Amino acid sequence: MSVSLFDEKLNSDAFLITTEIGPPKGTDTSEILHDIDMLKDKVDAINVTDHQSSVMRYPSIGGCLLVKERGGEPVLQMTCRDRNRLALQAELLFAYSRGVCNVLCLTGDSVDVGDHKEAKPVFDLDSVQLLRMARLLEGGTDMGGNELKGVPKFCLGSTVHPEADFVEPQLVKFDKKVAAGSQFFQTQGVFDPATLRRFMQYASQFNVKILAGIIVMASARMAKYMNDNVPGIIVPQAVIDELATAEKGKGLQKGIEIAARFIRSVKEENLAHGVHVMAVGNERIVPDILEAAEVSGIHA
Amino acid sequence: MIVAEAKNLTEIGKTIAPYGRILVLGCGTCVTVCGAGGEREVALLHDALRLMDMKAGNGKHVFLECTLKRQCDPEFLDVLEEKAANVDAVLSLGCGIGVQAVAERLPDLPVLPGVNTSFLGMAKEWGVWDERCAACGDCRLDETAGICPITRCTKGILNGPCAGTKNGRCEVSKEMDCAWVLIYQRLENMRQLETMRRYYPPRNFRAIPRPKRVLSKINAAGGGHE
Repeated sequence: MSVSLFDEKLNSDAFLITTEIGPPKGTDTSEILHDIDMLKDKVDAINVTDHQSSVMRYPSIGGCLLVKERGGEPVLQMTCRDRNRLALQAELLFAYSRGVCNVLCLTGDSVDVGDHKEAKPVFDLDSVQLLRMARLLEGGTDMGGNELKGVPKFCLGSTVHPEADFVEPQLVKFDKKVAAGSQFFQTQGVFDPATLRRFMQYASQFNVKILAGIIVMASARMAKYMNDNVPGIIVPQAVIDELATAEKGKGLQKGIEIAARFIRSVKEENLAHGVHVMAVGNERIVPDILEAAEVSGIHA
Repeated sequence: MIVAEAKNLTEIGKTIAPYGRILVLGCGTCVTVCGAGGEREVALLHDALRLMDMKAGNGKHVFLECTLKRQCDPEFLDVLEEKAANVDAVLSLGCGIGVQAVAERLPDLPVLPGVNTSFLGMAKEWGVWDERCAACGDCRLDETAGICPITRCTKGILNGPCAGTKNGRCEVSKEMDCAWVLIYQRLENMRQLETMRRYYPPRNFRAIPRPKRVLSKINAAGGGHE
């Protein structure tokens, strides 16, 4: 039985569309609520990031509850950076009790890349261990071997990096995540259809859904900045060159065009089971991208 | 070995300010090798502190110096009875263990740290020291091709690389190797990649309740292993 609407869709043949939003830095939720309202009927699920890039924000679970309140389908991003195993388990129990059952299990960016560089990095568990722990809770016991009164049920996902410059160790980890119970994967940003195709050939041996990560660039400068500063992101020179051809002030428009073209090819050429659109601060353009790509979540 | 770095002179100046007669105490083991607190550094610091005192124009400190063979070993501390007899404080250039061992021996004297103890490491090349061990109390180097992910991966994760690795380097520094890339390559060379495919369960932090005590199993009389 499906534990969520998104879980149900993962078991269908639908081309899935997810996106992500970052909670506010502060208590003013007006912007995130605006974004939720704008996106909830256009995508199959909305990830809420967990102090993305190690920048302290309103919590992921808080954002997920807002998504639920507005009638959307949230995916709780959960990293191992800030909580030990007690806190992670507790938060999963809470999430389930409030109807947040889709969880994306991540290791988390290093504290050093964020805005609290002197904080203690926790990493008591890693992403594979987090997946296993969530499955353990579903079996009715916690990591201490104690019985739970009331048992959660999750739809679990994770990430994979098909365009890593040294992909083999990433694939070892991917295998472990599958074995640990990850049902779906939202990939890191991908730009090259050929690489994605190769990865899908590999991944097709497993019964998991792959959503290709689409990062929308607003300019060639942003692409170069991300290459230099954002963990794991590798924007190919061809994409940077194409962004550079944009007229002044039309960079984002070009970025949307590139993203939409890629999404179309993912769908038409069956390169993945769906896409995960990461607009990195430009959430308001996600509907434009989906429209340009002529795709929509099956809510619509 | 233990690797330490000298504290800067301004910080040391502040910590010794309240005291008049100060024993600058070096250590002849790890901190001598890494050039942070041996006999040479004691002499250099002694000169620097005297100069600082003169510049300040107060000349209120008197410095004595001495370097023990090992500050962390009680048998080398007996000499302190005489050396520290008439001082107001000891400025130890030993590691954090040395500072505490000296403090335990001198219950009435302030013992101040003159170095920052950094890590357990090795000499990578002349004058370059790299961290290699986290003293986690649960060594699994047999499973990770002799490369410690707890120490050398910035996140200390156990089941393979995170997605932040680029060009074989860590997401926090382009100069730092990704431990899991190194582990993968070495396991591949040794045809032991299967080891990496195994699931590594969460660490057992009970292996390191702090503070820890190790009882030697060496038979003191025979001098060998039991």
